[in-house]
Amino acid sequence: MPKLYFDVAHTLAGSLVLLSFVMLYQRRLGALLNVLALHAAVLALSVAWQAHIQGAPHLYITAAIALAFKAIVVPMALRRMIVLLGIHREIETVTGIGLSMLAGIGLVALSMAVMLPVTAGADPVAREDIALALSVVLIGLLLMVTRRNAVSQVVGFMSLENGIVLAATGAQGMPLVVEISVAFSILIAFIVIGIFLFRIRERFDTVDVQALDRFRGERR
Amino acid sequence: MLTALLLCAAGLLAVAALAALGRGGRSRAEAATIAVYGGCLAVSTLAFVLALAALLGGASAGLTVPLGLPWLGAHFRLDALSAAFLVLVTLGAAGASLYALGYGLHAEAPLRVLPFYPLFLAGMLLVPLADDAYAFLLCWELMSLASWALVLAEHRPEENARAGFLYIVMASFGTLALLLAFGLLAGPEGRYAFAAMREAERGPLASALVLALAILGAGSKAGLVPLHAWLPLAHPAAPSHVSALMSGVMTKVAVYAFVRIVFDLLGPPAWWWSVPVLALGASSAVLGVLHALTENDLKRLLAYSTIENIGVVFLGLGLALAFRAGGQPAAAALALAAALFHAFNHTLFKSALFYGAGAVLTAARGERNIERLGGLIRRMPVSSAAVLVAAMAAAALPPLNGFASEWLAFQAILLSPDLPQWALKFLIPTVGTLLALAAALAASCFLRAYGIAWLGRPRSAAAAEAEEVDRFSRAAMTGFGALCVLFGLFPGMVLDALAPVTERLLGARMPAQLGEAWLSIVPIADSRSSYNGLLVFLFVVASAAMAAAAIHRFASRALRRAPPWDCGFPGLAPSMQYTGTSLSQPLRRVFGPVVFRAREVVEMPLPGSVAPARIVRRRQDLVWEFLYVPIGRAVGRAAELLNHLQFLTIRRYLVLVFLSLVLLLLGLGLWR
Repeated sequence: MPKLYFDVAHTLAGSLVLLSFVMLYQRRLGALLNVLALHAAVLALSVAWQAHIQGAPHLYITAAIALAFKAIVVPMALRRMIVLLGIHREIETVTGIGLSMLAGIGLVALSMAVMLPVTAGADPVAREDIALALSVVLIGLLLMVTRRNAVSQVVGFMSLENGIVLAATGAQGMPLVVEISVAFSILIAFIVIGIFLFRIRERFDTVDVQALDRFRGERR
Repeated sequence: MLTALLLCAAGLLAVAALAALGRGGRSRAEAATIAVYGGCLAVSTLAFVLALAALLGGASAGLTVPLGLPWLGAHFRLDALSAAFLVLVTLGAAGASLYALGYGLHAEAPLRVLPFYPLFLAGMLLVPLADDAYAFLLCWELMSLASWALVLAEHRPEENARAGFLYIVMASFGTLALLLAFGLLAGPEGRYAFAAMREAERGPLASALVLALAILGAGSKAGLVPLHAWLPLAHPAAPSHVSALMSGVMTKVAVYAFVRIVFDLLGPPAWWWSVPVLALGASSAVLGVLHALTENDLKRLLAYSTIENIGVVFLGLGLALAFRAGGQPAAAALALAAALFHAFNHTLFKSALFYGAGAVLTAARGERNIERLGGLIRRMPVSSAAVLVAAMAAAALPPLNGFASEWLAFQAILLSPDLPQWALKFLIPTVGTLLALAAALAASCFLRAYGIAWLGRPRSAAAAEAEEVDRFSRAAMTGFGALCVLFGLFPGMVLDALAPVTERLLGARMPAQLGEAWLSIVPIADSRSSYNGLLVFLFVVASAAMAAAAIHRFASRALRRAPPWDCGFPGLAPSMQYTGTSLSQPLRRVFGPVVFRAREVVEMPLPGSVAPARIVRRRQDLVWEFLYVPIGRAVGRAAELLNHLQFLTIRRYLVLVFLSLVLLLLGLGLWR
């Protein structure tokens, strides 16, 4: 039975990494939001599986929060936003998809190389989870760095947060209050960012962050 | 005892709140001035009595106060070393408070001084009591910041603002060095209590680093060359009673920090540790006094002389390190006692001298340039007499206390041939020569300062109209002058009081002095050397009296009044007297070209011009030019480069965060 536990947990965490890679090369905003929703749904599944393994019922609440907010509310709100902003058909010019994929692979390798020796002797499920969660976090950061569109930067940020939740649930005994407060702070960040997006759009007729830089008179 | 001393510090903090009374009119400010300084005087006198009782009674106590870090508390301890320094601190504090009862009434903006003065005293009172690194650094910073605020009390003049800036930079640097030193002492487990640091084992490299950091940290506060640059600027900028505290007491707290770290916490020394301490001490002594000798600003002259005396103290500490490493605890005890005795003496005479400088400032309407003073001894007889005694002590003239401590240091130097290391056998006599040079130059320096500013005829209207200062200031000056005489006549009292300190730090003590015949002091043995201040005093008095009687007998009757020879120029004016610059010119010519790159240029007017020819003196501070200016320039350049970081785009910032995270992870991955 523990073998199955481990395999399923590993598969779910691995597919999170895989979906992060999908986000990395997805150019269309609509599709990107779909992947984000899927990413959050897989996270919810993974957290629920952890709740089952660890026999920790409060983790089901975390899973429900992830499912409700991250997989449904946030992507829907973002979708509505991009429709309102009129950029839902836009195709982002991302330079060097091949290069960013290679960088992503490097980041996964790095997080494995760092985390596995550090956590030697820990519970194998938690060990794999944390290593994969670190890859998700790093790829989310990479996504934020490589994209120019503010909405895709928000998506990168959300996927980064998913990685943090994955790490938190992998470790046993994380109190519920921590997870809930993290979830709410993300939600508030999301609201603030949403408001800002509209303000930026109002002012500059675009959500390309390059416009902000031009406005400040900086050369890129 | 310890609890009472801590309560005294708390009392000082409470006195600081009294300053709030002074808001409003002039009369309320005066009332607050009297309340604050009176409170400080009462509390520091009480603390002095307690500290003296602790030193003589050999009390030792520890206490953990539930303040500071929440789960650790702040440790305090009273032992012989801290009691000895507390005596010094509280005596200086009581004197300065007494002096300020009169002097403080002349302050232009009393509210810029009153709240910080008790805080400064509290900081200096607490530093020697601290028994863990955290409490120590906290009190140390309290002392630094409060004194910084006091330096900026008169913040309008440009040079005071500059002095304040330089002071806060050097103070922060010193605290950083001490913080790192304590970090190394605490080791990887972070055992920050002094008791744990004493027991810890550390390698030679770590010990050497701690020594270097202690020299930097304590030296920058004490004013060791080349870390002295702030001292001649900041000490004159503060009000005079604060100058007296900073020069006379705060530098001693820095000496305490050095002694505590190097002699107590760091464990047995290696022989070469003494080399940098001796070299820095000797160079501070000589350079400080050379600067003082060519300085015309009275308070700045005193600040430079502080550098000299700190050099002498560190020289004694270096000797103690050398003897301790060389397995001669008795000689080490002698050297350490000489250093501590000199520190104590310096507090006494430098405080009195700064009080005197403050009295001159009050009397002569803020005139600090000795070239514009003169003849003060007739206008201000009491304070001039006190300053004369203090200046003679600073010049190390027997039978005053300055001579006794420097004589002890020479006795320790004379023991150096017994050391096993040849390097030290050669170095220490060299250092001794420099010490002798410094002592001689100090005598010339104070002769010049006193002769120009207090003797002769007034060189300005302000000096001619000077009036004697109030009774509180006079009491403080005469009190400290009397103490200079007392400890010069009976140095054995101090040496016996310091015996528990050397016993505690070195495991040895000087022979008991009070049992000696005729109150002599005998550093090692009767057969080697002894000194009797009382005898010297009686001899000086007797020979002076006999000379005076003889002159009176043979010359007074033969007195003829005649016009003095005026070199053919009728009408002698005060400006024809010797000036301070001309008096120091021979020594400036000897040492100037090497030490200051001093030049004298005669600027002749063009033919046909009626302008006077001028002689212009130029001098450079080499330490400033080759150490501080390049460092300042490098920091400025680095700041300019880093300034670009403030104006990046959002994505660049994200890239920076991302790259640094990846780099750190890579580092972690490769490290393991």
